Amino acid sequence: MPASLASGDPHGTSSLIRWFLLLLLLAALPARGQDFDSLVPGLAGGFTQQAEAVERLGALGDPRALPLLRALSESRLLRAEGGVRVAPDGPAPSGPEVIRINNRVRVALRGALGRLQLVSPDPAERLAAADGLLRARSAEDIPLLEAALAREAVPRIRAHMELALGAARLGSPDPAVRRAGIAALGGTASPEARAVLLAARGTDEALSADVNAAVAAIDRRLSLRRAAETAFQGLSLGSVLLLAALGLAVTFGVMGVINMAHGEFVMIGAYTTVVVQEALRASPTLAPWSLPLAIPAAFLVTAAIGAAMERGLIRHLYGRPLETLLLTFGVGMVLQQVVRLVFGAQNREVISPPWMQGTLTLPFDITVTQNRAWIILFALAVLAATFAAIRLTRFGLEMRAVVQNRRIAATMGIRTGRVDALTFAFGSGIAGLAGVALSQIDNVSPNLGTSYIIDSFMVVVFGGVGSLLGTLIGAFTLGVVNKLLEPWAGAVLAKVAVLVGIMLFIQRRPKGLFALKGRAAES
Amino acid sequence: MRRLVLPGIVALLALLPLLNLLPEGSPFRVSDFVVSVAGKWLCYAILALALDLAWGYAGILSLGHGAFFALGGYAIGMHLMRLIGPRGVYGHPVLPDFMVFLGYQELPWFWWGFGNFPFALLMALLVPGLLAFVVGYLAFRSRITGVYLSIITQAMTYALMLAFFRNDMGFGGNNGFTDFKELLGMPLNTPFARFVLYFAALVALVGCFLVSAAMTRTKFGRVLAAIRDGESRVRFLGYDTLRHKLFIFVLSAMMAGLAGALYVPIVGIINPGEFSPANSIEAVVWVAFGGRGTLVGAVLGAFSVNALKTWLTSFAPDLWLIVLGILFIAVPLLMPRGLIGMLRR
Amino acid sequence: MSGEGLYLDGVTVVFDGFRALNTLSLLVAPGELRAVIGPNGAGKTTMMDVITGKTRPASGIARFEGHDLTRMEESAIANLGIGRKFQKPTVFDALTVFENLELALKAPRGPVACLRWRLSGAARSAIEATMEQVGLRERADDPAGLLSHGQRQWLEIGMLLMQDPKLLLVDEPVAGMTDHETAETARLLAGIAGDRSVVVVEHDLDFVRALGCRVTVLHEGTMLSEGSIDHVQADPRVVEVYLGR
Repeated sequence: MPASLASGDPHGTSSLIRWFLLLLLLAALPARGQDFDSLVPGLAGGFTQQAEAVERLGALGDPRALPLLRALSESRLLRAEGGVRVAPDGPAPSGPEVIRINNRVRVALRGALGRLQLVSPDPAERLAAADGLLRARSAEDIPLLEAALAREAVPRIRAHMELALGAARLGSPDPAVRRAGIAALGGTASPEARAVLLAARGTDEALSADVNAAVAAIDRRLSLRRAAETAFQGLSLGSVLLLAALGLAVTFGVMGVINMAHGEFVMIGAYTTVVVQEALRASPTLAPWSLPLAIPAAFLVTAAIGAAMERGLIRHLYGRPLETLLLTFGVGMVLQQVVRLVFGAQNREVISPPWMQGTLTLPFDITVTQNRAWIILFALAVLAATFAAIRLTRFGLEMRAVVQNRRIAATMGIRTGRVDALTFAFGSGIAGLAGVALSQIDNVSPNLGTSYIIDSFMVVVFGGVGSLLGTLIGAFTLGVVNKLLEPWAGAVLAKVAVLVGIMLFIQRRPKGLFALKGRAAES
Repeated sequence: MRRLVLPGIVALLALLPLLNLLPEGSPFRVSDFVVSVAGKWLCYAILALALDLAWGYAGILSLGHGAFFALGGYAIGMHLMRLIGPRGVYGHPVLPDFMVFLGYQELPWFWWGFGNFPFALLMALLVPGLLAFVVGYLAFRSRITGVYLSIITQAMTYALMLAFFRNDMGFGGNNGFTDFKELLGMPLNTPFARFVLYFAALVALVGCFLVSAAMTRTKFGRVLAAIRDGESRVRFLGYDTLRHKLFIFVLSAMMAGLAGALYVPIVGIINPGEFSPANSIEAVVWVAFGGRGTLVGAVLGAFSVNALKTWLTSFAPDLWLIVLGILFIAVPLLMPRGLIGMLRR
Repeated sequence: MSGEGLYLDGVTVVFDGFRALNTLSLLVAPGELRAVIGPNGAGKTTMMDVITGKTRPASGIARFEGHDLTRMEESAIANLGIGRKFQKPTVFDALTVFENLELALKAPRGPVACLRWRLSGAARSAIEATMEQVGLRERADDPAGLLSHGQRQWLEIGMLLMQDPKLLLVDEPVAGMTDHETAETARLLAGIAGDRSVVVVEHDLDFVRALGCRVTVLHEGTMLSEGSIDHVQADPRVVEVYLGR
């Protein structure tokens, strides 16, 4: 026991325990060292002696034996002064000092290597060993796996070992052991376990009821996991939609200005991320922080463009929504083409920081990608910040006042023009934030925004114009529904179905889920 | 004098392809390219007229008229595909090449009848009309107006584009239809066919213009203008505005479908790109630039913006989108009544 | 004509928890001229909205000549013979005075009927008579956008008359008018009543006095007082609502 812990498994043990184990190890080391040292010369002996040495080394479970046994199996172990040595890398060695083996030794080696790999300090090797034993499904491996399981601390490897143990038990002559194996496999949510059980069903008439129950249990968990993964994908899509639609909810919902360039603002936010990353690449201290630094940068860049557009152009068209629509569409076209000319039409690469890469494993083996999880959090944070800005700040108060009654707000000394510009800048800045997030999961190209703009308009229309809560619920509903439909209908038809669904929905509620009522809504 | 302007323009347009008959090298000769480009513009002008009826008169700013145009084009395209017959690459007597390629065993039901020209032409009008009826009914009934309606129609054409990009829709997917051979027994890609198609488009444009002009001068036209300026007031006058809007929207969609049906034989190709929302909105800028609510403005706008496009893309294709964008910005700000408004002032 | 004109009973309208109308009851006989007054937010406009079908009441009865108004579309209600003049004059600026009246003229209103519509001699003289009545004869071919504020109000009243309504709802007709225009308008409305019921909503008590009709006072969505102008002006509850707290 202390031996394998001493092999340096760092997972999940506090430093105090580690010190304690080290002491144990020091106590145990001499005895084990002697065993190991006395067994190694046997590898160079006659075939019978070799086989015995191999088996005992395997049973000993000392990781140092692993390279030796592997070299032996590959004919790279050489006789040496007082023992053996591993041939250096390179062409296969030849000559009398190469140790030869026969089939009996080979069989022994296979078992010993499997055992040793199960306790190898390298987690990847342990995992591979467990998977190898799962394929072997041999009852002889049961004690081996039980021993390895007792030492294993990595949850993922444990899961694989348990699977292999369950499969090994299915091969046991003892029905009680087999039943225990079935139960263990039935307790997982693994398609492999399901396959093993199905293969065993035909051979094991007596336990077929247990097998069926176990398969059903796995199926239940698998469908639960699928549902959870679909829900996560839906939430992920929903969070992207939420980010893209939030800015619209401000400019369209609060100001009544339809900004067809909103998608291009998102795109510019993504390009700002690219530029920040490239500017900081040379600096080793700042480079890892380029993504967090891109957040304020993108907000400011798009907010500035938005404010300029509101003051310079849109202001002149208040009260003429259709003309505003055309104008903003034109602005979007110009922005898109300018970006294309400056940065080129091809995709730009954005490197995710390490803490956003890889996957996250939740219970039931539900895996989610880190970057998607971060974007969900980011979207919710942006929503909270937007809500706070509107509800808690002086600017938000003035904005709401102007929305409710522009004339009275003006007579109270609120500079409505400034509020308009700031509101528009705010909504545009949120679009920039969406761009930062999208740069992590989508290709950064000049037409990045085009693919999101229609969907985000749908979110605003569905959720109800002027309601942040509506935008939140609208975005996540559309995201989840889209992902629910996808397996049946395919991505494109799911999208079409959602569009048709919204058309029908607004038959019943023309003003969306959360509509303003009363006089304010009439004008 | 003013009464002579429009007939004069029509006469000039009719003269244009005849100048193509002049011998090579004559200073007045019009090239084949110009004839086919001008034929394309005639179709665009019909689309612009259709849009002007809906937007300029009834205030329905559709950002999905490109979808009606494309559906009309697809209907005629299906006919043209059927006419290819065994001359396709795979030589199948019935199935178009893409169906053979995708392993179809027989013609899908929605292709039945398209071998017949009158049927295909009828479908080129009815399918856009039906779509406009359904979308319009749902939208107008729930009182979706203004920018909301624009967004809904844009979503409509976007959804259709996604759908038509799919191979399993049975409309040739990505590539759409092309390599047409003949129409009404007339081999395409000949000077004669170019003439016939050009004049067909010209006659259709003049016809659509006259019908639109006559219609807008009736009380119906005035009701539409009233709906545009104050729909709820019209409702309190006892008009069921849903019916009026639906009428003009469906009619406009059918006109757009006709434009698409004329367009496809002229350009020789139709693909899902025609559904792209950008196409629809580009047509809106023709009308806005020319001057909406005037019919003449729509035609003028379609010609002038497309002339600008053809000229600019020939030497600075990168600039075209910027110029078009600037048009979108400048027209509402600087010339809200369009070219016509500036001329009349 | 049935004996019952406009009949509202227990009408309640709620906007986000705010009771714009609270069990309002009102009876207007055929041919009667009635003035409705009340402070801001008393529910006058909402009452009109309920009668014309723009707003659906949460509860209560709204009937006109036996037809349930709470279940009808705006255009159907208009065709029943209820015409409404809005607070803000909404004439169609792009159309001429004549065309505005022509649109309002009683005639089939479907799109095809409108396409085939030809102006008959009778229709033309009806329109001309109305232009005469509202004093816009000289402006027949001018776009409505060029009219003065008072003239727009009259054009709108003229449009209502063209519909040949049995009940006219007139919302603040004299707001922003000159004294001369106000007097003209009172004369016009008093002349119209008799053939049809007219309900006038107004702030201007002098104008209401000039109308010389029965007055209903609304307050907080419900009827406060009803009677002659002298009667309601003497009512202490009305005095309290209007003058002080």
